[in-house]
Parts: sequence; C-alpha cells; structure tokens
Amino acid sequence: MTIQLPRLTFWKALLTLILLAGLYATVVRFTRGLGASTNLSDDFPWGLWIGFDVLCGVMLAAGGFILTATVHIFNLEKFKPIIRPTVLTAFLGYVLVVVALLFDLGRPYRIWHPLVMWNPHSVMFEVAWCVTLYTTVLALEFAPVVFERLRFRRPLRLLRTISIPLVIAGVILSTLHQSSLGSLYLIVPEKLHPLWYSPLLPVFFFISAVAVGLAMVIFESWMSSKAFGKQLELPLLQSLGRVLLVVLGVYAVLRFEDLLHRGALPLVIHSSYETDLFLLESVIGLLLPIALLANPRIRATAGGLYLCAVLVVLGFVTNRLNVSITGMESTAGVHYIPRWTEIAVTASIIGAGFAIFALAVKYLPIFPAAIEGEALPEELPKAVGEEPSAAA
Amino acid sequence: MSKAILYDSTQCIGCKLCEKACADRNKLPYDDKIGAEEKLSAHKLTAVEVRGDKFMRRLCMNCEEPTCASVCPVAAIRKNPEGPVTYDASRCIGCRYCMMACPFNVPKYEWNLLLPRVRKCDMCADRVAAGKPTACAEACPTGATKFGERDDLIAEAKERIARKPNQYLNHIYGLNEVGGTSVLLLASVPFAEFGYRTDIPKLPLPMLTYRVLSRIPDLVALGGVLLGGIWWITHRREEVAEAEGNQKEGEKKKE
Repeated sequence: MTIQLPRLTFWKALLTLILLAGLYATVVRFTRGLGASTNLSDDFPWGLWIGFDVLCGVMLAAGGFILTATVHIFNLEKFKPIIRPTVLTAFLGYVLVVVALLFDLGRPYRIWHPLVMWNPHSVMFEVAWCVTLYTTVLALEFAPVVFERLRFRRPLRLLRTISIPLVIAGVILSTLHQSSLGSLYLIVPEKLHPLWYSPLLPVFFFISAVAVGLAMVIFESWMSSKAFGKQLELPLLQSLGRVLLVVLGVYAVLRFEDLLHRGALPLVIHSSYETDLFLLESVIGLLLPIALLANPRIRATAGGLYLCAVLVVLGFVTNRLNVSITGMESTAGVHYIPRWTEIAVTASIIGAGFAIFALAVKYLPIFPAAIEGEALPEELPKAVGEEPSAAA
Repeated sequence: MSKAILYDSTQCIGCKLCEKACADRNKLPYDDKIGAEEKLSAHKLTAVEVRGDKFMRRLCMNCEEPTCASVCPVAAIRKNPEGPVTYDASRCIGCRYCMMACPFNVPKYEWNLLLPRVRKCDMCADRVAAGKPTACAEACPTGATKFGERDDLIAEAKERIARKPNQYLNHIYGLNEVGGTSVLLLASVPFAEFGYRTDIPKLPLPMLTYRVLSRIPDLVALGGVLLGGIWWITHRREEVAEAEGNQKEGEKKKE
C-alpha cells in the first residue's frame, strides 16, 4: 500500500490542477462569453467542444449499446460481467457530452428548446431527441446498480420487467444518433474536404462507433486492472478482439470503396495537409490494428489487445477531428487551434469522468468481484428478497 | 408571389448608401470605419466589396430552400412566403449549425456578448410584408439594387444580359445556385473574384439530409421488430432447453 500511495497522489494532484484550470476557464466562459473563451469565429463556428467533446464523446460511449445488445438481445451471457462498467461509462459519457454542450451553446439555458420547438428536417433536432432519450435509457439501465445498493426492491422489479424493451430502445436510439452525427456533415458538400465528405458519412460514423465501442471495453478493462486490480478474463478480451478485427475490416473496405467510387482516391497520393492527416488516421486506426489483430499470436495476448484498442480509439478520434475541424479548415480559409480555455474545459470534463467512474466503482457494485459471493446482477434481488425471511 | 432583390454590379458606384440604410433599419452603428469593413459581421449585415473600379454586394441570399432553416434544431429560421428568410432570436439556442451549414457563409454571431444572437440580413421582412421595398433597394441612387417580383427580376436580368452580352457575364447568380435564391446578382467579372463560390450544388442542400432523416420512422419499426425477433429466438432456445430439461427430470422422478 505504501508503494502505491505516491502514484495515487500524483494522479490526484494532476486531476486537481486540471479541474482548477477548468474551473477558471468555466468562469471566463460564463462571464465573458464565447468570444473571450474560445478561438471560434464567424469563419470557424464549431471547434474542439463540438469536434471532440460531442462527436468523440458520443463515439467513446458507444460500448454501452453494443454490450447490452450482445448480452440481452443476442444472449451471449459470457459478457455479462462487463455490462455494468460499460453501461456506467456510457451513462457518464452522455452526461458529460451534455455538460460540454452547455459550454458550447450560445444560450445554454435553452438547451431544452429542441424538445418543444420542433424541426423534423434538422439532423441536430433528431440528435437532440435521441441523445435525450438515450441518456434516459442509460440512466434506467444503470439505476438497478444504485437501487441494489440502496435495497429499493419494488423499483428494481419494475425496471427488470421493462429491461428488454429498454435495451431494444437503447440500441435503436444509438444506431440513429451515432449515424446522425455523421449526417450533420452531409449538409456541407462544398465545405468538407473530399477525403472525408461522403454520402456514406452516417454509415462510417455508425461503424466507427461500433469499433470504438468494442475497443473501449478492452481499454477500460486494462484501466480497471491498473487502477482497481479488476480486469476481464483473457478469453473474453480475445473474442472482443476478433469481432473488432471484423468490424475494422468492414470499415476499411467500405472506406476504400467509397474513395474509389467518388474518384477521391487520387487525392491520397497528392501531398497535402489533408492527405497527411488522412494517412495518420488510416494508419493508426485501421492499418496497424488490422495488421496486429490479424496476427493470432498478438491477438492472443492481453498486451497486444490493449495496444490495438488504444490505436483504434486514437485513430477514430483523429478521424472525427478531421471531419469536424481539419477537413473544414481549407474552405474556411482559417487555421483553427483551440484556445487554452477550450482545452482546459475539455480536459476537466475528461478528468471529471475518470474521477466519477473511480468513485462509482468504490461505492457501487460495478465489477463482478465487488459483488459478494458469486451472485450475478440478475440473482441479486433474490438474495435481497431472502433477507427479511432470514431475519424473521 | 415571391419577392426578390436584383443587384446589378455594373450599375453600382460603390456609394455604400445601401450599407447605411441597412444599418439604420437594423439599428446598428454606422460610420466611416465600419463602412470601410468589407466583410459581413454581426454589426454589418450587408457589405459592398471594392476591387478597383468593380463593386460587389454581399448580403444574405435568402435562399428559396434555405439550408440554415432546414438545419436549425428549433426552427428559429424560417422562409417567409414573400421571400425573406427570418430569424427568431427568442427560439435560438446558439448551436451555430446555421453558420456551419450556410453555403454562402452568411449568418454571423455576436461572439463578444454573453447572450449572443445570430445576425443576418432578413430582406427587411417587416417592410416587405407591408408592401414596401427593402431599405437597401430604396436607398440605392442608381438602381443597381432593385426590389420586385422574383420572376420579373429574372426576366429583366436575362434581358439585360441579352442586350449587352459584352458587358455582362452570362450568369445570373442565384437563379439556380442551391435551388435558387431571393437575391440575384449580375456581374461583368467572374463571381469567384469576389469570393462567390461557383462550384456549389444546383440542388437544394436540405435534400441531402432530409433523404436520410425521412427514413428514420421506417428504421425504428424495422429495428424494433428485428431486435425483438432476435431476442425472442435466442431466448426461446433457452426456454425450450429448460422445458426439455424439466421433462427429463420429471421422467427420471417417475422412474
């Protein structure tokens, strides 16, 4: 324990520093406005908060719907032990996306307007509705964990009866808004660079969300093993790795075919700012992980799988930043680099996510090992139910 | 009938009275310094650009099928039947998707205000509704900016080009761009020289997203049945296995 203490203090100190910077940036944002707190302008109205916090945030939280579908719809029970940490990450992710939106919106107190002032022709309207509904679904999917801790039996039973419709709703809502984040950019054919503008943007955003969702489950297992000494069994990680390889393969083929048929493939040879960034995202997010995962020896080890997961996450984060920021720069005629206040807010939101996750793991039955005995989530209410009679 | 503005840059003398009239009507400050700015901004809703002896106006094109109105999640931007594309600040949440999506980069933002609004020319919607011309058209001393019925103005523009083919570029900007706009431009030099993009699609952009969005109800129904069906099948196997197991156990007991 004494050896671990200094490392813990370092992370806490770093987190405190980030949160303090974020707090100051928050004050600047809400007292002096977007002009003083961001490098956004009339030429470049969307920056880091949309490009990273929203587009990447929603993608990184995709594990939630993939895993609930795997376990509850496809009935692959072996993945049940990781459902709780994944649903928690997804729920936290979506809440933090909404927090980030409150920073980015010019009038954050009107964030509820899309729910009552409709425009069904707007992709943003659809995303607003889907994210609202799906965050509610995630809250209900995670609620049993809290209810178990508090021993609320009746709401627990109620949630269990509607759990399958909830999971189905969650998968549909996720499919819709994960793809719709790509549809947001369908409206700018003359602005987004041809390496990224494609009629298939919604399809690409959906498949990449699935890939990153899987990668995040692997990555979280590694983080948990470092931080809490809890990790997944290797065979589970290996199955995830195999699925990840297939998903990446599908994405890579589709991406290549799309570039080919749109006649954008020659752009890959011409050296330019955009080409370099395209190669960066393709090598990190597709080529390297596919090559590594295709090797059975690497795929079989936890270390190899973690490495691939990190590459996939970084590669697709680069892809989304390219769609939302760098791919828009040349037609905007400006070079956008986020102001420190924008970075501080984003870093704080990520930091807060880690901190809340750590607290939840400490106080709630998230990891299977944290649940006493071998009681699985489903069996717990029985245990709770038995208590009164035992007491009597 | 839909109204429009025809701006004939060959008749423009660069007096910028349209800028002044626009500022007055929108209660915005106007002086020589602001007059010298050749860019649209939250405090300048129309601008006259000067390149030597050539001039070009910039203002909201008030598209026939506005991209900004289609992307707005709260329907703060609307196309009025008379032509103007108006903005209702009381609905706006400040997502700035309109600015992102506008093919002409027209909407501007009050970045330095704590409660900012989007600002853009609204073709003097209140004046037009009252049967009056826009402030800029009324102020124009040479007739370079003309207000009228869109169909009439298109006919007139075609006639001007036909009468003096050497003086005009054979292109009415706004006739077909993104499905047509309520502001029509004539010029003697390529529009691209003034930063007007000539490579933008001729079809209305809102179609690009609507053809995806319109499939959502189908997708929801299909997804619900498909996922529910998969759940039923995967769990039915379990039930069957369990029932068979019980039966066998029962048989064993009988024995």
